[in-house]
Amino acid sequence: MELPPDNAPAHHGVAPHRCGECCTTMRGVGVRYNGKSVLQDVDLHLHCGELTAVIGENGAGKTTLVKCLLGEIPHEGEVHFLDASHRRPDSPVIGYVPQHSSFDKDAPVSVLDLFAASLATRPACLGVSPAVREEALTGLRRTGAEELIDRRIGTLSGGELQRVLLGLALTPVPNILVLDEPMSGVDHSGREKFYDLLSKLRREFDFAVLLVSHDLATLARFADRMVFLDRRIVCEGPPADVLRDPRVREAFSLHSLS
Amino acid sequence: MIESLLAPWHAFVSSFPFEWARYEFMRHALLAVIIVSPLLGALGTVVVANRMAFFSEAIGHAAFTGIALGVLLGLANPLWSMIGFALVLTLAITWFRRRGGLSSDTAIGLVMAFTVSLGIVILSRGGDFARYTGFLIGDMLAVTGGDVAGLAVLAVVVCALFFFFFNRLLLGTLSPALARSRGAHAGAAELCFASLLAVVVTCALPWIGILVINALLILPAAAGRNLAGNTAGFFGWSVLIALVSGLAGLFASFYASTATGATIVLAAMAIYLLTLLRRSAS
Repeated sequence: MELPPDNAPAHHGVAPHRCGECCTTMRGVGVRYNGKSVLQDVDLHLHCGELTAVIGENGAGKTTLVKCLLGEIPHEGEVHFLDASHRRPDSPVIGYVPQHSSFDKDAPVSVLDLFAASLATRPACLGVSPAVREEALTGLRRTGAEELIDRRIGTLSGGELQRVLLGLALTPVPNILVLDEPMSGVDHSGREKFYDLLSKLRREFDFAVLLVSHDLATLARFADRMVFLDRRIVCEGPPADVLRDPRVREAFSLHSLS
Repeated sequence: MIESLLAPWHAFVSSFPFEWARYEFMRHALLAVIIVSPLLGALGTVVVANRMAFFSEAIGHAAFTGIALGVLLGLANPLWSMIGFALVLTLAITWFRRRGGLSSDTAIGLVMAFTVSLGIVILSRGGDFARYTGFLIGDMLAVTGGDVAGLAVLAVVVCALFFFFFNRLLLGTLSPALARSRGAHAGAAELCFASLLAVVVTCALPWIGILVINALLILPAAAGRNLAGNTAGFFGWSVLIALVSGLAGLFASFYASTATGATIVLAAMAIYLLTLLRRSAS
């Protein structure tokens, strides 16, 4: 695995714009399944405009952490969102990009249908209104995927589907964007393009990004902060520091680095 | 009252220059087919997309126990006990899947074997099972004006709920995780759909038959899937194919003196095979 030199600047030298005012806070978050602890004592702050990468081995609780943030499962501790005026809105807008391997590839469903199922009140089986089509195009344009709108989902490549799902997660523009293993099944140049796009979008819209991935080499360049999870937070900080931690290097077999 | 509502329909169809149009039972059956076929075709799209074919099969077979309960309770019309039992079964299968840790087909297979056996045991006491074999193949020509009115009300209610839940069901089919993140509780929508499906299958059973009703749900949708490029196309093709095979099967069964439900299934199967040609050509 090739890692950038320690002094490599994040974001290709472009400082991100951050309002620094709004923030998502997880405090003492823990989850038990059948009495067994799968996640405990997680304290995490996600600031807007900042990309936080969560790494860890299989079974380390990464997806469980995402589910806590999305409010899908009961958990100990607190998850709060503070907006720029330090109010606590009941429900921040969370954009979510799922693992695309979970999609049914045979279904006769177009990209537009996917947007309609998420956004429209009219059932997608009775057609899609021009207003929803326009909304879908706006979302897809943000990720350069507008020409895919009438394609069947099953015919999209991994990278194309990822841009579609990101466009959907940006409709409406979220406060927090959560991506769970977004790059599985996407080739190297596709990953670079995707993370470039993600960096551009978070500067433009100033949302917080939480990204779960195994893709250490690319994350090292694009993440502001890295969190190494093994049922609890083992270490966190700038990617260069985290990737030097012996526990991380052992977990990911980073022995080639001296 | 119902017959007076249907009078214009009878007058209209009687003017057709065909032999079948002279019979009241055929005019009722025609109306029933026009209502039930597209309804099954519409629900079938979700059955096929959500891989619920085995579930709907089990609901059909469970009608044995529903009928048996009606007999034990002394009901004149076992339809209510059939619907009640189908709904209980829907909940049971959902519970087995979620809590029992069983895979879906094992859970359904287990419940189906139990309910079919229980129904047959109760109905066959004293060697009287032959009285109920009519349910196996159905009798479309026994539809009355009252039945047609009931079916029409059912169709309106089911369509309204189906359209209300449709987007949530679709998103849940594509990605349950994405659906939950959008606040759409796919599990609740699926349970509501399964209940709707149970009621529709049970109500259509006496006319179409336990043995073949599932094919009417699956074949039009499977054929539509071969032709469609998006959700609206899938839905439209499935409803159209269900209606065309329903009409073709009804008329063919009249002239060939065959069971209507099974004849409709053969018509749907023929259309499905044609769509396979189209699919392999593209």
